[in-house]
Amino acid sequence: MHTKTITELAKSLRAKEFSSVELTHAYLDRIKQYSELNSFITVTEEQALTAANAADKALSLGNAPLLTGIPIAQKDIFCTYGVKTSCGSKMLDNFIAPYNATVVEKFNQAGAVMLGKLNMDEFAMGSSNETSFYGAVQNPWDINTVAGGSSGGSAAAVAARLAVAVTGTDTGGSIRQPAALCGITGLKPTYGRVSRYGMIAYASSLDQGGPMARNAEDAALLLQAMAGFDPKDSTSVDAPVPDYQESLTNSLAGLKIGLPKQFFSADLNPEIAKTLQAAIAEYQRLGAEVKEISMPMLEYAIPAYYVIASAECSANLSRYDGVRFGYRCDNPQDLTDLYTRSRGEAFGAEVKRRILMGTYALSAGYYDAYYLKAQKVRKLISDDFKRAFSEVDVIMGPVSPSTAFGIGEKIADPIEMYLADIYTIAINLAGLPALSIPAGFVNAMPVGLQIIGNYFDEARLLNVAHQYQQETDWHKQTPKGFE
Amino acid sequence: MEWETVIGLEIHTQLATKSKIFSAAATAYGAEPNTQACAVDLGLPGVLPVLNEEAVNMAIKFGLGIEAEIAPVSVFARKNYFYPDLPKGYQISQMDLPIVGKGHVDIEVDGTTKRINVTRAHLEEDAGKSLHEDFHGLTGIDLNRAGTPLLEIVSEPDMRSPKEAIAYARSIHNLVKWLGISDGNMEEGSFRCDVNVSVRPKGQAEFGTRREIKNLNSFRFMQQAIDFEVDWQIEQIESGRQIQQATVLFNPNTGETRAMRSKEEANDYRYFPDPDLLPVLIDEALKAKIKADLPELPTAKKQRFINQYQLDNDAATILTSSRFLADYYENVVTESGCEAKLSANWIVGDLLGALNKAGLEISQSPIEASRLAGLLKRIADNTISGKIAKQIFDTLWESAQTADEVIDAQGLRQITDTGAIAAIIDEIIAANQKQVEQYRGGNEKVFGFFVGQVMKAMQGKANPAEVNKLLKDKLQ
Repeated sequence: MHTKTITELAKSLRAKEFSSVELTHAYLDRIKQYSELNSFITVTEEQALTAANAADKALSLGNAPLLTGIPIAQKDIFCTYGVKTSCGSKMLDNFIAPYNATVVEKFNQAGAVMLGKLNMDEFAMGSSNETSFYGAVQNPWDINTVAGGSSGGSAAAVAARLAVAVTGTDTGGSIRQPAALCGITGLKPTYGRVSRYGMIAYASSLDQGGPMARNAEDAALLLQAMAGFDPKDSTSVDAPVPDYQESLTNSLAGLKIGLPKQFFSADLNPEIAKTLQAAIAEYQRLGAEVKEISMPMLEYAIPAYYVIASAECSANLSRYDGVRFGYRCDNPQDLTDLYTRSRGEAFGAEVKRRILMGTYALSAGYYDAYYLKAQKVRKLISDDFKRAFSEVDVIMGPVSPSTAFGIGEKIADPIEMYLADIYTIAINLAGLPALSIPAGFVNAMPVGLQIIGNYFDEARLLNVAHQYQQETDWHKQTPKGFE
Repeated sequence: MEWETVIGLEIHTQLATKSKIFSAAATAYGAEPNTQACAVDLGLPGVLPVLNEEAVNMAIKFGLGIEAEIAPVSVFARKNYFYPDLPKGYQISQMDLPIVGKGHVDIEVDGTTKRINVTRAHLEEDAGKSLHEDFHGLTGIDLNRAGTPLLEIVSEPDMRSPKEAIAYARSIHNLVKWLGISDGNMEEGSFRCDVNVSVRPKGQAEFGTRREIKNLNSFRFMQQAIDFEVDWQIEQIESGRQIQQATVLFNPNTGETRAMRSKEEANDYRYFPDPDLLPVLIDEALKAKIKADLPELPTAKKQRFINQYQLDNDAATILTSSRFLADYYENVVTESGCEAKLSANWIVGDLLGALNKAGLEISQSPIEASRLAGLLKRIADNTISGKIAKQIFDTLWESAQTADEVIDAQGLRQITDTGAIAAIIDEIIAANQKQVEQYRGGNEKVFGFFVGQVMKAMQGKANPAEVNKLLKDKLQ
């Protein structure tokens, strides 16, 4: 059962080959069996079986939505009613969400079965899942390497077949990078395409939820359920949601692919470069045209990102003060003691680092030099992309400068870690959609190809990814021991 | 040395929206603690603010009411500070781009009109309340008020006396109630004033160092606080000390102000645009629509009362001191048959006097406009005299009867029948020969005695003009 995609499972469930309860049991068993991966923070066995039961009833009545009875899992950043929602932090280790995020609500309405909540970097701040209060996640392709981050639990769970598909969130690469490192398909939608309501904020102007799945076809099904305007999120966009399945089979003849020379400079690992070139050659074979483009502002993306994201997070995380919910220190002596110890004891080092950086960047006398300057850079980066998309349909490049690195290898050096997102961050600053698909292996570790689209062009990205996946089988590879 | 006081005001007025500025929770005052605070107000992880359109419309109304620029683009910003009754650790406010720009109001003090400039007005959310009593050394938090919409109205330092400051505050208070954008209830905190006070030697161009008196919630306290603060500042300077910029609190029990925190301890609020909210865009069409629905404003109405009803400035000022009163007045005028001046005299004198004595607002008046109009109509058509009218007024105050019902029931209709009056006069003259002689001897003061006697005999119902005329004839 665990080898099937969503489309295949939906068929099997309707053909009564097995029930959703059986399917859910099978996945719950695998989650138990592979618990050492540490991809789940919470397994909601009881709720999952109740939901599966309801799904079986709905299926027997016919006319149930396509995701009915399909076992998925949520990144632990999405609030789930009555279930611990920790955001990977000691701060929220005791937080039982009293409401559902809009994304969770939409999956419930679509009939999906939630198996549990997935591990992640603390408050989504990290590129290796090592900042999680619940510990690092092992990459199923090599358990001594990281699964990537911040949606490391999500990527590992799909790669290890512990859920057929999952959600992730992406602020600077947090869907695409772990998807690449774990050899799965992950899509970061256009900013505003998926509601942020109930998705715990890291950097509000950059955060975006999206699907992570075995292939583009499944990702399309998930996005279909997640996308759409939400009156509870002022930044969600009221634009029609296209049928993402319909356009998957479109021909790629004449597709114009832009290759930014800044993405393929000498800095890129030559083995990865070779892998990506092979993938691009495959696209040419499918009728696409390739064009080199230049995006001079890309090199400023990382500093601009760390100013803006840190500034926003410094305010977003102020609500964790030990007063109303979350961690509270023992025996506070006074108000200042309550604040400093609650926050000091419950936030991890990376979260503290970013709060400090953000507070500094917003301080009187520094605001213009950091925050405003970063916003100007952000605008220039968007302009670079705008120019590019007047010439090409999609932009392709690497996701990550390396394949999965060793657990513990970079955690001591934040700058080294920040550079892991060098190819993904600019896309968040511009608010564009982008996905990562498996494009081959280097030293038996997966390599991802990044495909960037124009605003609200998710249908095209999924189409471009799907056509490639009709010709290749990188996405069908299963890590050894998880077959 | 002669000193000049310089005052500027920051007024926080709660907007009368049904729900909060960024959530759907109710804004009603006085509910059990924390029963009107939803997930958004509690600042739970993952929640997002959604702007209440009504609050924006109310801010526009206010802006139009002070002839201000309405910003085509305004932006919400986060003001960062930690406090237990501030759930998110930041307040959503406006900083660089407020919704209302420069405007003005005209105030009148001692018969002189003065223009007070308004720097800006911006939208923001209120915080909750910390309850320090009843928790045995602990503090309770009530978040019912958290997220209530506020309009903060900032004036230029244009006022030069406590009188001007209070006239300005009253004028803004009148306006927000007039426009229906706030209940203006000062006891419940719907209208709170921060007053910036400084003094300087008369003639000096630069301002002195100011101190800000926080959170005054009555005009009386404002007067007391400014008086105390001005005296204190002058005394400090005269005894060779310098004023330090500071925030002070007024203690109504002692009548004194006391420093709360000095400038050195001031927070760096690290304002930056709130990424959860889009810029507020206001186009000409929306402005025009709101403008079209705007009621006639106090200043315009006052001028019209003077022109149309020939009222003096004082009466017109009083009658436009609230929209309810102005409407009351015009209803009385219309229903009584355009007795504009008579209506003004009765309302300003008798009605407001009685209300003041009873501690009531015009909106709580026991006599409705229609019943007062009914009374005035009978004065105008000579059915009753002014004196009888005062007597009927008291009955109207205490009962639900109309003036006509009282007149009929008590037989108060004025007697204009000259025959009947003449007969009484003859009797009085016959009975008071001594006074008749005095009058005829040139003592004209005695005339009043005869009027009194006739009125008394006719229970005050005789038409005074007729009585005068007939008496004069008969006494000659």
